[in-house]
Order: sequence, then structure tokens, then C-alpha cells
Amino acid sequence: MTALLEAHGLSKHFGGVLALDGLDLTVTPNEILGLIGPNGSGKTTFFNVITGIYRADGGQVRFDGANMTNASSRAVYLAGMSRTFQRSRLSLPLSIFDNIMIGNHKRLNQGLWFNLVARRAFKHEFEESYAAARALVEVFEPELADRMFEPVAGLPMIDRRRIEICRALISSPKLLLLDEPSAGMTHDETAELMNDILLVRARNQNLTIIIVEHEMGVIERITNRCIVLNFGRKIAEGPYRAVAANPQVQEAYLGAA
Amino acid sequence: MSASRTIAKKARVSIWPGLIALAVATVYLIALLAVEKQALIIALLVAGIAVVAAAAWFGLLDGVSTCFVEHEDALGACAIIAALIVAAYFYDNHFVLLLIITVLLYSVATLGLNVQFGYAGVLNFAGASFFGIGAYTSAVLNTYTSVPHLLVLPIGGLLAALAGSLLLLPVLRTRGHYAAVVTIAFALLLKTFLEVNDVLGGPQGMQVKGMTILGWSFNDNIKFAGLSLSFYMNYFVVSLTLLVGAFVVVRRLERSWIGLNLDALRLDETAANCFGLDVVRWKITAFLIGNFLIGIAGALFGMVGGFVAPNNYTFADSLILVSILLLGGIGNPWGLLVATVIVVVVPEKLQTIQEYRFLLYALMVIAVLLFRPEGLLPRPVRRYFPGWRP
Repeated sequence: MTALLEAHGLSKHFGGVLALDGLDLTVTPNEILGLIGPNGSGKTTFFNVITGIYRADGGQVRFDGANMTNASSRAVYLAGMSRTFQRSRLSLPLSIFDNIMIGNHKRLNQGLWFNLVARRAFKHEFEESYAAARALVEVFEPELADRMFEPVAGLPMIDRRRIEICRALISSPKLLLLDEPSAGMTHDETAELMNDILLVRARNQNLTIIIVEHEMGVIERITNRCIVLNFGRKIAEGPYRAVAANPQVQEAYLGAA
Repeated sequence: MSASRTIAKKARVSIWPGLIALAVATVYLIALLAVEKQALIIALLVAGIAVVAAAAWFGLLDGVSTCFVEHEDALGACAIIAALIVAAYFYDNHFVLLLIITVLLYSVATLGLNVQFGYAGVLNFAGASFFGIGAYTSAVLNTYTSVPHLLVLPIGGLLAALAGSLLLLPVLRTRGHYAAVVTIAFALLLKTFLEVNDVLGGPQGMQVKGMTILGWSFNDNIKFAGLSLSFYMNYFVVSLTLLVGAFVVVRRLERSWIGLNLDALRLDETAANCFGLDVVRWKITAFLIGNFLIGIAGALFGMVGGFVAPNNYTFADSLILVSILLLGGIGNPWGLLVATVIVVVVPEKLQTIQEYRFLLYALMVIAVLLFRPEGLLPRPVRRYFPGWRP
């Protein structure tokens, strides 16, 4: 089976700090891959490098058969990869609908004439987009679906996470990158959010997910496979139970005995 | 089920609060423009502030603003009628009509600034310069060529946009305050350029021939049914048309995917990039559309005033345009109209304050930033179609 995402010898340093140190990593289509490791092990840096926010200092990235090394964020998104952020990056003064539509950019007609003059055609696209966004939000929280034109600023953290995930999902990406979706939420809220993500995936089996997470219960429950990073290198790989039992991994998390 | 219930709960909002507010504002504006005695004007202003403050205190203004959100098309038509009534009332008064035209054209210019700053987040401190480029365009074209005057207006807009594109590279390579400094530098450069160019009249400036369309000279008083209408009525009609057009364009821009793009890149450029937004393309689009509007307004204003000079388009004038934006509510076109009326009309009527007008502007801006940081009429959440229900 061909890989959906491949990284070969991926490196990134910040001054003298090696955040990614020759990382090799393969993601197969339709899996849910957990990316774990202690703080500062390079998980978020990996996301930022493959989504074009940082430039890699060395190595290669291939996504969906194309070379995407140091591709721009825009090119990565257009190729079918979308993400959430560790610290929620919603546009707070904008409505729920607006925030989700930001994620739908590639499907919306961006022509000046279409937007300013052909208002009838625009309205048609607007209504279709509204229906799609509403249907997606309903999976996560039916109550939010009735509040699509309220600003995000007034919503609690869990709803903001939901909207961020909807924003990433609305364009039907091939690969979804979730950067610590449980940050700032309670245990129960996290469990609920994960169920919703699994529900979306059950409807769309072509969706591959990489999830960075510190909550091991989440990782154990939803991932097929885990990769453990430490100091920018892969130290273990396999099903959660196997990597959790790995002495090297335990050492990385807890320190040497 | 729950969806249908919510819709049922939101019964249609009555149009009356908006209509009443509009009518009161029209009568008030006529009174303010008609009164000459300084004491009376001050009394009127104090009364106006008191009424608005009281209405805000009792929550009446929220009703008015939701009304405007729901019935924008109808109330917009009523606002046009209101403007016509005000102009008709002062049909033979040159001074007041010129003041009204100034309000209309400054509104067009601030709508342009609003696209740049309010939506795309590019602060332009050279608004008056681009306005001046429009005015100089009509001065030069009306003097040296026989380009139809109605065509001179869009050419003024295009030239302002073209001059603005000189600024694009430095503006796109800098952020926030630094980009603003680049625009200030442009304002100073342009003023010097105009002063040393004898073709453009140097520091003394140039005369601008008045508008003529198909032999109809705009600078002659109109004889109509035994009445003598001020020649400014001609310009009033063109200015109002221009403002309505600019308003519709800016409104549609905001209520489209393009408006959403601009908001997204202003609020978080990194996130916008991650969802495929071409940040450079949209910043350029917003900057050029904004300058185009400012340039058209300037071209017409040049013909209205009949005279252009470098000193009419200084950094101080740009600051006035920006203060209108802050006062009205960044991103809200209705707020801009209200703020332009206040900023243009009040100092002109309050002749007693004379050159202290800049002090007044400064105080207004400080008061707004302290007590109402989002402006008099804060921008509401985007509704793509007024009154639209899921």
C-alpha cells in the first residue's frame, strides 16, 4: 500500500535546538495515527513543518504521491491536508458560520464578479454552504447548529474546539491533523469530542487522522498505531499497548530510573 | 424540531424603530444646518448628545440597529429619500449644499479606507493624498484634454489605485504600524512632488473646470418651475449617486466570501494561510478597491471645489479621514455615514471654535477610544443577506 504521507530525514532546528532530528515517518491511508512524546519532543514542530508554517532545514515530505517539501501552507491545504491548532486559532469576532467557511476556502467561488454582482448565484452557493456547515456542526453539537450566526467569542472552550475541527473538516480533507484537541478541556468533554470525531470518520472512511495528544486514554481508545518522538527523533512505533510497554518510551516520559 | 422553534421565536422585526430614528435624524440635521446663531447651535448639539445618550441608556439604540440589520434595503432607500429632502430644503443655499456634498464625498473616501483598514487591516495614513490624486486628475484632464467629465471620475479612481500600487510592495513587506509609516512617507512625498511640479501649478495649485455633461453645465444655477436652484444641486445629485454606488459595493464586498477572506487575514494571517487564502492577493485587492473609491471621490471633489492645491491634501486631512473611521465604528458603513456628518458638519457650524477644530477632533477620538472603543456604531456580525433566515 502506498503511503499517504511520508517524511524522510526531516530536520528543523531553532538556533542550537534540534526540534526535528532526521525524522522518518510514514502514514498509511485511512489510519488514525497517534503522535506522542514528552513536551518539546517535536510533535507540533512536525505539524508546522509539513503544513508550511516552518521551513524544514533538511529532509523530504511526500503527501498523496507529490513532493510537498517546504510547500506553502496554501499548497498543502489545496492538496488536501487541514489542521487544528494547539492554542485555538479561531477568529473570535466572526460567527460560527464564518469561521467554518474560512476552512471551506477552496470550494467557494472567489471571483470578484461572482461575489459582488452575481448575487443570485452567490446566494445559491451561500445556502448550499450553510446547509453543509450546519449538517457538520449538528454531528458535534446540535445546539450550536441553531446559533450559526453568533460570534465565536462568547462560546466555551469545548464549543470552540468543535468549531475548529469543523473548520478543518468542512473541505473534506484527505488528512486531518489534530494538535492536542483535548487541551483546556475536562476529561468528559474530551471523551465526547473524540466520539464525535470517530462519528465523522465513520461516515467518511477515506479520512486519515494524525493526532498529537497528551491524554493517553484518548490515544489508547482511538488510534490504530502510535509513533513516539523524543528530542525530534522517533524512538518507538506500534500499537499503543506495545509502545507504552517499551522501556525506552517509559524512560523518555519518566526519566531514567 | 428545535430549529423550527427558534425560527418561529424570531418573528419579523418591525421596521418602525429604524424609520423613526431616520426621520428624527433628518429633522435634526435640517435644524442643525439651518440654524445660524452660535448659542442655538451649541444648544442643539448638547440636546442631540443628550437624546442619543438617553436612547442608548434605555436600550433603544439596539432596537434601531437590529432594525437596520433586518430591513437594510428598505431603510437604505429611505435614507436616500432623507438625503434628497435635506438637499431640497436648502435648494438655494450654496454654503449648506457644499457642506452636504463634502459629507457625501468624504463618506465615499472613508468607505474606501474602511475596505483597507476595517476589512483587510491595512492602515492607510495617506487617504487625503489619494483623494488629492483624484482631484488633480480632474484638474489636469479638464484643463488640457476633452475627456468627458463623467469619465474623468473613474480615471481619477484608477490613477489613485495606480499610485497606490507603488506602495504595495513596501506595505506588503511590513506589518501593522510599519505599514502605516510607509503610507505617511508617501503622503509627504506626494505633497513635495506636487509643490515642485510647475505643470501641476506648484504650491499655488490649479483651477479645475466645472463639470459639464452633454452641454449641461454644472456651474450654472438651475431655473426650474420659477425657482432658482443652486448650481450645487447638480453636484449633489452626482455625489449622492456615487455614494449610493460605493455603499452598495462595499456592503456586497463585506457580505461575500471576499469580505470573509479579508476578515480572516486581518484577524489571523497564519490561520488564513493554512486554509488556502492567498493573503497577498486579497490585501492587494482591498488596497486597490479602497484607493479606487477614494480617487473617484477626490476627482469629483476637485470639480466641486474648482481648485486644487498641495496644501488641501495634507497628512492632517488624512488623519481626519482616519478619525471618521474610528468614530463611526471600524467596518460599519452606516457608522461611517453618521461619523462623517459629525466630523464635517459640527466644526463648520461651530464657527466660534475656528482653528480649535483639530483639538475637537483629538478630543472626540480620545473619548471614543476610551468609552466606546468599537466606535459609535460597532460593526455587527456578518449577515450575508439582510433578513435572511435559514
